Amino acid sequence: MTRKTEKPFLEGWFAQGEAGAHLLGSRCTSCGTYYFPRQARFCRNPACAGEQFEEVPLSRRGRLWSYTDACYQPPEPFIAADPYLPFAIAAVELEQEQMIVLGPVVQGVDVAALTVGMPMELVVETLSETATERHLSWKWKPAP
Amino acid sequence: MSRDIAILGVGMHPWGKWGRSFIDYGVTAARAALKDAGVDWRAVQFVSGAATIRNGYPGQVAGATFAQALGWQGAQVNTSYAACASGSQALAAARSRILSGECELALVIGADTTPKGFLAPAKGERPDDPDWVRFRLGITNPTYFALYARRRMALYGDSVDDFAQVKIKNSEHGCENPNARYRKRFTPAEVAASPMVANPLRLMDVCATSDGAAALIVASLDYARRVGRGDAPRVAAISTVTPTFASANIEMPDIATDSAVAAPAHSFRAALPAKAYEEAGIGPSDVSLAEVYDLSTALELDWIEDLQLCARGEAAALLRSGATRVGGRLPVNASGGLACFGEAVPAQALAQVCELTWQLRGEAGARQVSGAKVGITANQGLFGHGSTVIVKR
Repeated sequence: MTRKTEKPFLEGWFAQGEAGAHLLGSRCTSCGTYYFPRQARFCRNPACAGEQFEEVPLSRRGRLWSYTDACYQPPEPFIAADPYLPFAIAAVELEQEQMIVLGPVVQGVDVAALTVGMPMELVVETLSETATERHLSWKWKPAP
Repeated sequence: MSRDIAILGVGMHPWGKWGRSFIDYGVTAARAALKDAGVDWRAVQFVSGAATIRNGYPGQVAGATFAQALGWQGAQVNTSYAACASGSQALAAARSRILSGECELALVIGADTTPKGFLAPAKGERPDDPDWVRFRLGITNPTYFALYARRRMALYGDSVDDFAQVKIKNSEHGCENPNARYRKRFTPAEVAASPMVANPLRLMDVCATSDGAAALIVASLDYARRVGRGDAPRVAAISTVTPTFASANIEMPDIATDSAVAAPAHSFRAALPAKAYEEAGIGPSDVSLAEVYDLSTALELDWIEDLQLCARGEAAALLRSGATRVGGRLPVNASGGLACFGEAVPAQALAQVCELTWQLRGEAGARQVSGAKVGITANQGLFGHGSTVIVKR
């Protein structure tokens, strides 16, 4: 069996650091607004004319704002396993950034294990696979 | 000077999966509206088409396509695209032309032919498109509806039985509507037995996608009076505002909200009707009935609160009291709503106005809301588009 190539499904959207996985956001140096996905040209705060941004790792922990699951196989460009495996989806509120970020929940965690308000943390896990590649994504996981 | 315009005629092609061109449906709806208004097509001075891009008919432009199918007659033409709010923006374009004196009589029209199953993004590897990114992750439209529904359960104690009651109510309304696609009364057991789509929402909680068309003939009040229709229902407000930064809710197709570090978070859904009430100079207590965008059963409850028809968190109690059914104090989705229609994107906001018009004329048959004087709509789609229209008599 040949080893599959591992790569992020989107380059530069998340990273695995020493302290764990984090999303790669940006922050307006004028008004402090955070962006994910990153914003690098113009601040979208109507009261801010900022055009300078710094890249920042976003908080890797937050509180579960809401959650659901995908019982039916989503359409393309989703790449489904055969047979299709339903998975949970989380909306997590980041306190410092004051924003909510969506992501799949790690494999093996069902909606029954989730409660609004519970602490969640970011991890990197396989999102999809082809014959030769394994695509990685950020995912949310209940935090201890 | 009044900012109102008159609705002289309305028409629809029944919603369904008919397997024909959107042009067929649109022409059927337009001819029905012309007949209802008693207006000859050649007298129409402005054709305002509502378009869809993602799933409908790339390569064809709605306004001109319908104008040609009805027979080129030299009217001015316009096409509006605003996702689910395309119909309201087409109506707003007609209203502006009428109020500016550029024309007196306009046709507003939207029609769609939809694919089966999930609405999906355009093809190709396009990571710069948030719609592509979220589908790559497996985040479909029902994901968002389910996140809102679960949030209601956590914040307000709503139950899946409450959500099922929305479907049951709307199915009773839709049974009486000849333009509805699904005309069947549902029981709680049938909703509970339908497959889970996105927990806590089941198939019967989530709206389908449909073919359909809706058209309006609108005119200046002077024109309406001249043809003896001074008492016709009027468009009293159209709100198509954008969200205000920082937008508080997680919205399709985004994977994150705005950060509210530098500006307070604002609710987009609540902003749409607020602008319409201000424009019409009326308040929620004046409303006789509402047509809201029940993309899911639970979302109808959110809209009731966004329309300020009850306090935040109390919509399920209002539903349980029976107030929101026809015969109750404040009927919601007397047409049957998206639950019975399914969504035909560029036609849907106009279909809401058609229903209000029939209701205000007292012509809604078995689903008639008695004494209806003021109706309000609410709808929202992708990319920061939404609308509220107020119709009064």
